[in-house]
Amino acid sequence: MQVHKYDVVIVGAGGAGMRAAIESGQRARTAVLTKLYPTRSHTGAAQGGMCAALANVEEDNWEWHTFDTVKGGDYLVDQDAAEVMAKEAIDAVLDLEHMGLPFNRTPEGKIDQRRFGGHTRDHGKSPVRRACYAADRTGHMILQTLYQTCIKHNVEFYNEFYVLDLIMVDTPEGRRPAGVVSYELATGELHVFQAKSVVFASGGAGKVFKTTSNAHTLTGDGMAIAFRNGLPLEDMEFVQFHPTGLAGLGILVSEAARGEGGILRNADGERFMERYAPTIKDLAPRDIVARSMANEVREGRGCGPNKDYVLLDLTHLEPAHIDAKLPDITEFARTYLGVEPYTEPVPVFPTAHYCMGGIPTDIKGEVFQDSETTVPGLYAAGEVACVSVHGSNRLGTNSLLDINVFGKRAGTFAAEYARDAEFLPVPDDATKRTEALLDNARSPHGNEKVAAIRKDLQDTMDLNMQVFRTAETIQKALDDIAALEERYASISIQDQGKRFNLDLLEAVELGFLLELAKVMSVAALHRDESRGGHFREDFPNRDDENFMVHSMVYEDPSSPTAGIRQETKPVIMTRYEPMERKY
Amino acid sequence: MSTAVTENQNKDAQQPAAEGEEAIPTYDIVLKVRRYNPEFDSEAHWDEWPLTMYGTDRVLDALHKVKWELDGSLSFRRSCAHGVCGSDAMRINGRNRLACKTLLKDLDLSKPITVEPIKGLPCEKDLIVDMEPFFQSYREIMPFLVNEDHTPTGERYQSQEDRARFDDTTKCILCAACTSSCPVFWTDGQYFGPAAIVNAHRFIFDSRDQAGDMRLEILNDKEGVWRCRTTFNCTEACPRGIQVTKAIAEVKKAVFASAL
Ligand SMILES: Cc1cc2nc3c(=O)[nH]c(=O)nc-3n(C[C@H](O)[C@H](O)[C@H](O)COP(=O)(O)OP(=O)(O)OC[C@H]3O[C@@H](n4cnc5c(N)ncnc54)[C@H](O)[C@@H]3O)c2cc1C
Ligand code: SF4
Ligand code: FES
Repeated sequence: MQVHKYDVVIVGAGGAGMRAAIESGQRARTAVLTKLYPTRSHTGAAQGGMCAALANVEEDNWEWHTFDTVKGGDYLVDQDAAEVMAKEAIDAVLDLEHMGLPFNRTPEGKIDQRRFGGHTRDHGKSPVRRACYAADRTGHMILQTLYQTCIKHNVEFYNEFYVLDLIMVDTPEGRRPAGVVSYELATGELHVFQAKSVVFASGGAGKVFKTTSNAHTLTGDGMAIAFRNGLPLEDMEFVQFHPTGLAGLGILVSEAARGEGGILRNADGERFMERYAPTIKDLAPRDIVARSMANEVREGRGCGPNKDYVLLDLTHLEPAHIDAKLPDITEFARTYLGVEPYTEPVPVFPTAHYCMGGIPTDIKGEVFQDSETTVPGLYAAGEVACVSVHGSNRLGTNSLLDINVFGKRAGTFAAEYARDAEFLPVPDDATKRTEALLDNARSPHGNEKVAAIRKDLQDTMDLNMQVFRTAETIQKALDDIAALEERYASISIQDQGKRFNLDLLEAVELGFLLELAKVMSVAALHRDESRGGHFREDFPNRDDENFMVHSMVYEDPSSPTAGIRQETKPVIMTRYEPMERKY
Repeated sequence: MSTAVTENQNKDAQQPAAEGEEAIPTYDIVLKVRRYNPEFDSEAHWDEWPLTMYGTDRVLDALHKVKWELDGSLSFRRSCAHGVCGSDAMRINGRNRLACKTLLKDLDLSKPITVEPIKGLPCEKDLIVDMEPFFQSYREIMPFLVNEDHTPTGERYQSQEDRARFDDTTKCILCAACTSSCPVFWTDGQYFGPAAIVNAHRFIFDSRDQAGDMRLEILNDKEGVWRCRTTFNCTEACPRGIQVTKAIAEVKKAVFASAL
């Protein structure tokens, strides 16, 4: 086993991790541990844009942006955090421009901006052009630009190093991080990284579901590791289902397609969003559009042989306009569905897209250990974290913004903390739990296959925990997960080697997925109301009296609900009183 | 993996699974993969699997089917599964492509589909190669914006024409399909290779950058652009449709002009 020592260790090299590394690397000795090569991170899949009230093309300001974020999140947003994000958005975009990001430009040469769902002028009056973009590969350009800047600053990467545990030690002031345990893919060796500050930036957990826009590798590792170390997870019941996944595949067609004029139609050719959101129609927030689509299908107005999808119509747009603004996503439709978007509408259906919940943090990125106190030295940023700026439903383009604003903050504060802190001694048995985890996965217990269990998990989550939920379906998911956990105890993997043993790591990742599926379901079961991405048919209304609170779940073997304890944390409100969310 | 089946998420409108599956044609293929694990094998060998796949499946789905159902030790990299992360460039029927973007139905299925690691980079295990030499070349061409002027408080302006100048080369996902299809790179691993030149192009032709001359000097080296023999393999291999040979030609011209 090798031991390394750094002031700051960052887990993950997507947008959030690399934005943190650029700050931290200039202030403290920093290592970035990532299970993928940095440029393989799923930030690169983001298409549509990153919003900031630059007002380059029409009147706009950060206060309107804050309001839209709060309202879009169905008022479960911490308003102080939303305000920080909307204000710092402008510098976040300028930082990227200075680093070289090739934004699309206006005729005058300024950064161009376009419309995106839920972003409006003057508190909902009409859509506003707020999303800065680089064709439909904005995330790709952000990821590349941040990686390039990391190379410029000689950031130290440990590529294909899987972090599998966090080392927490007791001090007179409370529990503090002392480092992480990591598995090197190439050799199968364990490494301990001792650090004064640890930043989790390990992305989302979309692979809990079957139909998802997320990469195979988005298995919620960071969230599960925090949870297993006794830390809470916040608002995990809120998963965003993006309206336009390619039907049957889940591959995303960005909301930019609707921002540029695309229209959703049902089997009758009707523009059905006019019924659900008369003012902003196809550009209503994602939860509303996704539910409307699912409802069209449910009421028999779906398209195709099984009437199980709706159509995204771009045929009225000029091919040249499509090529200039949406080249990649139209290419996806051609490659994967054999559909020509110039002339044919594209089959689409909601796809699991984004985790609004995650490791709770304050606006510095510091992780909460309960509803009141944070753990100095421990940070989280990006999709793994819950600040909470997205509340119960994230607005499009607010995540690329989140990773930049809070990635930068977490990196800065982690380095500042490390400057004055001491290294904490790593206990002798720091790797014990990881070794047990790996030994357990490696030793033949039975003949259950990882892929089969994962498929069954994803099937039950799609069926029972998707856009429509009831206490009954959620309980069904929980029962299924309990049975799957039993099967998981008798898995056997085939690859017994040390080099690049992805068979072994898929088994470990499945353990994370099972844990998080359970967490999401328990949190969903407690929330007897409908809000944002969480829609309970048995409680179809928002209930501010009882549920205007964040949920905080902890591992607790004594709890009767799947060994998970539920607590709450107040929502921070500054300017905006909750109103009914109409569009 | 049956990615092709659209499962209905709505309990009221549920269809029996079999009905959905019948609508999608299945067919039989043989997948033939070059295997090598230095931990156990002294040399590489081929393994073959007969598989039944769906009409919309890709080579990546076939690899997953083997890994998930038949042989868990089969090793390959992948992440996004839709051609944007650059993890899974491999040699499929003798041509470099991304496994996640290559539809089975577009291949000749009367013969086994052969899958090998990309060439010219050391094989680590099965379809996994050592990417370090590739990234080393990338880092050497200074793949970052250099602008020594005082950082403006606002944005730097750039005209649409200037932005369009290097649009094509910003699409690169560093998959190495081009570089590892280049015969010059196979025989001379020191050659920078097309991907590094593409990424140099992205900055040389960016009106905001000031280090173009330094990059041109680096590429004027004996392992630089002049080694390119314009065989067009790279352009054919690029899954992002980048005009790689054209970009190299533009860099050659710029080197020539700056040398005058
Ligand atoms: C298809 C798609 C399109 C999107 N489009 C938009 C958009 O237009 N606008 C917008 O604002 N948002 C968009 N989003 C959302 C946004 O892209 C993501 O939420 C955001 O990029 C997440 O960034 P991240 O840095 O938190 O995580 P990621 O980019 O996912 O990076 C995670 C990193 O963590 C590492 N990692 C994970 N587990 C471990 C471990 N155990 N050990 C070590 N390393 C680990 C990985 O290697 C990776 O480097 C989109 C999302 C998707 C899926
Ligand atoms: S130029 Fe094309 S083939 Fe070459 S690395 Fe970039 S994306 Fe891959
Ligand atoms: S898996 Fe990402 S490009 Fe193929």
